[in-house]
Amino acid sequence: MGELRLMKGNEAVAEAAVRAGCDGYFGYPITPQSEIMEYLMAVKPYETTGMVVLQAESETASINMLYGGAGTGKMVMTSSSSPGISLMQEGISYMAGAELPALIVNVVRGGPGLGTIQPSQADYFQAVKGGGHGDYKMIVLAPASVQEMADFAKLGFDLAFKYRTPVMILSDGAIGQMMEKVELFDPIPRRTDAELIAQCPWAATGKPKEREHVIITSLDLDPAGQERVNLKLQAKYRQIEKDEVRYELIGCDDAEYLFIAFGLSARICQKSMDLARAKSIKVGLLRPITLYPFPEKQVAEIAKKVKGILVVEMNAGQMIEDVRLSAGCSVKIEHYGRFGGIIPAPDEVVRALEKQIIGG
Amino acid sequence: MTEEIIIAGFGGQGVLSMGKILAYSGVMQNKEVSWMPSYGPEMRGGTANVTVIVSDERISSPILNAFDTAIILNQQSMDKFEKSVKPGGLLIYDPNGITTHPSRKDINIYSIEAADEAGKLGLSKVFNMIVLGGFLKLKPLVAPENIHKGLEKSLPARHHKMIPDNENAIEIGKGLLKPLNVLN
Repeated sequence: MGELRLMKGNEAVAEAAVRAGCDGYFGYPITPQSEIMEYLMAVKPYETTGMVVLQAESETASINMLYGGAGTGKMVMTSSSSPGISLMQEGISYMAGAELPALIVNVVRGGPGLGTIQPSQADYFQAVKGGGHGDYKMIVLAPASVQEMADFAKLGFDLAFKYRTPVMILSDGAIGQMMEKVELFDPIPRRTDAELIAQCPWAATGKPKEREHVIITSLDLDPAGQERVNLKLQAKYRQIEKDEVRYELIGCDDAEYLFIAFGLSARICQKSMDLARAKSIKVGLLRPITLYPFPEKQVAEIAKKVKGILVVEMNAGQMIEDVRLSAGCSVKIEHYGRFGGIIPAPDEVVRALEKQIIGG
Repeated sequence: MTEEIIIAGFGGQGVLSMGKILAYSGVMQNKEVSWMPSYGPEMRGGTANVTVIVSDERISSPILNAFDTAIILNQQSMDKFEKSVKPGGLLIYDPNGITTHPSRKDINIYSIEAADEAGKLGLSKVFNMIVLGGFLKLKPLVAPENIHKGLEKSLPARHHKMIPDNENAIEIGKGLLKPLNVLN
């Protein structure tokens, strides 16, 4: 069993990044995720593993430092919260285009604009549909616990390098700020330069005589060349959609109704399930863990078996669009959301289920 | 066993750290725990509250609308959380500064004059541990040795010399409860 600690989600993702062998963190403070950099500055991994921890001058600088670090094959990450992530979108698009692996943590707060520092899930569209320009996708992991904040740092780096793509952990202010028991995995040493060169032949690591230049770019002015880049990216995305869908089903075997929710909302829905089942309402939960790739087949399969689906999100209705596209049948699908930093309570979710799905 | 607790009072009363010590003691006892603070504007000078869940099972929602226990340390929190205690549940409060005392008949209510006692001891910082002692007397969720470990883990090393005072305060708190409404 790994080391047990009581940690905030923000601390857990930071500690796990160090343990995963991360080479560099570049970020700029913003509530509610500033503990990530504070934690890294406190544990000083630059004195132990040699990992760089740098406060950049802005979010725009952070994401471009990530581009540079990732271009040399280094395992790099940044973190921010909603307005800061908006500033990074150009860089994320460039990284997707140049096929660069990196981990980006968004501890979402309420928007739009500067919004609020309280938790929200209103950045679903931005994360899943491509907040930057061009035809790209980013693997999006949605942790629902502090444990998953730690586990997904490791998983995020693994997927980023497996597919040479930016990966986002889409968390929220509550998961970032709350403390839970975490079992930490044993530290993995940072890769040596020799290991990096062997594992990342695409990286700009210095040109030996025996091989061609490695060029890291997202620019190809020849339309035919740029179409080839796009076709390659799309093939990669189809592979990701085939192999990397992750989800959790809870209490679905006998379910007549269904909640679909991710992250913190999924945790709330588990309590709502208990409250509803105490009233003999048989409701289950489907929790997408990867928001991209979205568990389309699983939604389609379970939609045929239930009488109605309530999609619960801390936004005005974003994931529900993917649920409706996936369901492919006439089952009733409604949305219940709170926004601007308000978190729905378990009992109000049950009332929404009764009103919008069962009674409606 | 699942115990869902709200601890609520003014910022600076040690509400969040009381919750953290309880949660860390739970980890040391191999329980599942969740510690969910109110933060942001509420933390800056106004009321502070934290939801702590200690359970033998995987914890569902860290956000709750009803609690097994409410530990209430100011009037605003009384106004907000007395009604959120589950029927048959427990409310513990320090009467210091309370103008409208709890009146529900379907829950167990105890008062604990912790601020007064901390003043007498000349140790205002252990106020929250006196309250925690009262709670643990009624709901012994964690063993004393795990509270010791929880204190060690929660307090920065420079404050470890305060651990005996904290443990002593917990013991004092266990003897300070006054039953006001006790269900059969």
